[in-house]
Amino acid sequence: MNDKLINLMADLQEEETMKMVGELIEAGSDPVTILDDARKAMELVGKRFEQCEYFIPDLMMAGEILQGISKVVKPRIKQAQVGSRKGKVLIGTVAGDIHDIGKDIVTFMLDVSGYDVLDIGIDVPAETFVEKTREFAPQVVALSGFLTLAFDSMKQTVEALERAGLRGGLKIMIGGGQMDDEVRKYVRADAYGKDAVAAVNLCREWIGG
Amino acid sequence: MEKTPEELYREREKRVLDAIALKKPDRVPVMAMFSFFPAKYSGVTIREIMYDPEKQWKAYWRTMIEFEPDMDQNPFALRYLGPLLETLDFRQLKWPGHGISGNFSYQFVEGEYMMADEYEEFLFDPTDFMIRKYWPRVFGSLGGFRKISPPRHIVTYAMGMSFGFAPFNTPEVAAGLDALKKAGERSMEIASYAASYTLEAKKAGFPMQYGGFTQAPFDTLGDYFRGTKGLMLDMYRRPKEVIRACEKLLILMRDTAVGAAAASGNPRIFIPIHKGLDGFMSMEQFHTFFWPTLKDLMVALINAGLVPCPLWEGDCTSRLSTIGEIPAGRAWYGFEATDIFRAKEILGDRVCIKGNVPLSMMATGTPEDVKAYCKKLIDIVGRDGGYILDAAASLDNAKVENVRAMFEFTKEYGVY
Repeated sequence: MNDKLINLMADLQEEETMKMVGELIEAGSDPVTILDDARKAMELVGKRFEQCEYFIPDLMMAGEILQGISKVVKPRIKQAQVGSRKGKVLIGTVAGDIHDIGKDIVTFMLDVSGYDVLDIGIDVPAETFVEKTREFAPQVVALSGFLTLAFDSMKQTVEALERAGLRGGLKIMIGGGQMDDEVRKYVRADAYGKDAVAAVNLCREWIGG
Repeated sequence: MEKTPEELYREREKRVLDAIALKKPDRVPVMAMFSFFPAKYSGVTIREIMYDPEKQWKAYWRTMIEFEPDMDQNPFALRYLGPLLETLDFRQLKWPGHGISGNFSYQFVEGEYMMADEYEEFLFDPTDFMIRKYWPRVFGSLGGFRKISPPRHIVTYAMGMSFGFAPFNTPEVAAGLDALKKAGERSMEIASYAASYTLEAKKAGFPMQYGGFTQAPFDTLGDYFRGTKGLMLDMYRRPKEVIRACEKLLILMRDTAVGAAAASGNPRIFIPIHKGLDGFMSMEQFHTFFWPTLKDLMVALINAGLVPCPLWEGDCTSRLSTIGEIPAGRAWYGFEATDIFRAKEILGDRVCIKGNVPLSMMATGTPEDVKAYCKKLIDIVGRDGGYILDAAASLDNAKVENVRAMFEFTKEYGVY
């Protein structure tokens, strides 16, 4: 564990972080350890977000740095060394809604938190959610939507999952611009999450990890 | 004796102007951003609204006459867009039949329409950058303008003139010029419908909320040029350029509002606020990047005799003390998810507050829920005036009975 690297990244010092990663690789450090440290830094970033020290731009910047590190480090890691995932989450923006910023942040945060996330995109019809749920067999389905038009699309998606007999044992969470607990009741989801960290915490509660 | 439309017009306008001036009107004014609600209400599709000006007129007119808002919104500039969008092959929106499946409202396509390394070019000559780089990216029909050379290079016979016009002879540029001419016809048509609608509404007794539109410079930079993600990263990677671009855009944003108000004769300027909200940046970033040029913009508008009307979308409860730093009684602030009761405490003696029946309640709740929430708003936020009742944002998917409850209850219970 390299505290200096973890702190540089958690403080979002992009240039210094990348410089240090380069030096570590050069000096023959284990790439798996570097990636582990980057994940530890992401945990700190998540905590700071939860404590309202960090905000969405900080998450995006952390994501950029992580991507930069992965690009350097991943080609040096053998496939077998990549750790196993904690559980599966299917995510998509519901029919009629084409917004993806929030969904992408949630996907990223779930991914770095160790979940196997399948992102099926934007404007996704209820039938596609059903089909992909059947194929991917996730423990959690995350419905994203920014506009009020998503209320009915979410409701229809939950109903379609019920009709397909996939609702039992499946947890459904919703999130995005106009969502709140009233909408959660209306669409009959299990939970509403107000941000990406809330989504991660819901998955921890439901499938552990 | 029944009031004439003229009397009603003056009464409604005074009601709102009193609220803006932080006085107590005869009752709490009530209005809404109907958005595409009139489509559903009149049984027409969103696509029909966007493409058929007569159907649009009928649907919005009926909504206005039946709900009787104290001020309405002229729909044409933001709704009768279909033919113009097609003429320009506009890339920043998807709409029914063009990337939106089903009967849903049009939506913005996030993207980097200006690249991270183009700040200097934009700052040096924004108009040139827009015509030759930005327009070809957002208007497919104007793609040919990539070929023209900077207009500033054509100065006189010995400088630029001889060869400088050659690109206009290419088929791509000619096609762009042709599209511009057609777009001109479409714009004229929209402007003509918009002017007639405002005039007829006035004759029927209804003033309009807004006479123009502008945005916070940071939002303009993020929404239309750099994209949300691009601009968020720029705050770390090129903070000085972000600030300089906001300062440049401040002038554009001020002039566009002043011009629109002069053309419409209505001083109220709508300013939707997108990226400065709680969660979207830290307080420090808000003070560094967002607020200075927004404040300057609002003060400039006020000094020009206009009334800034920002809609603080999302939640900006943590910003309330800061955003009160404008001249008192010269604006209205619409709030969406901000703690509006806290806003009254902090801003009550500075700025008229508008809002905020939650859209989730308007779409999924009952008229009783809506009335109970309106009662609380009127009792607390409406106390002593300086308040306009409205939903939190666009009513697109609200239930008709809830919209009716909001208007009827406020008119009855909101009398001072």
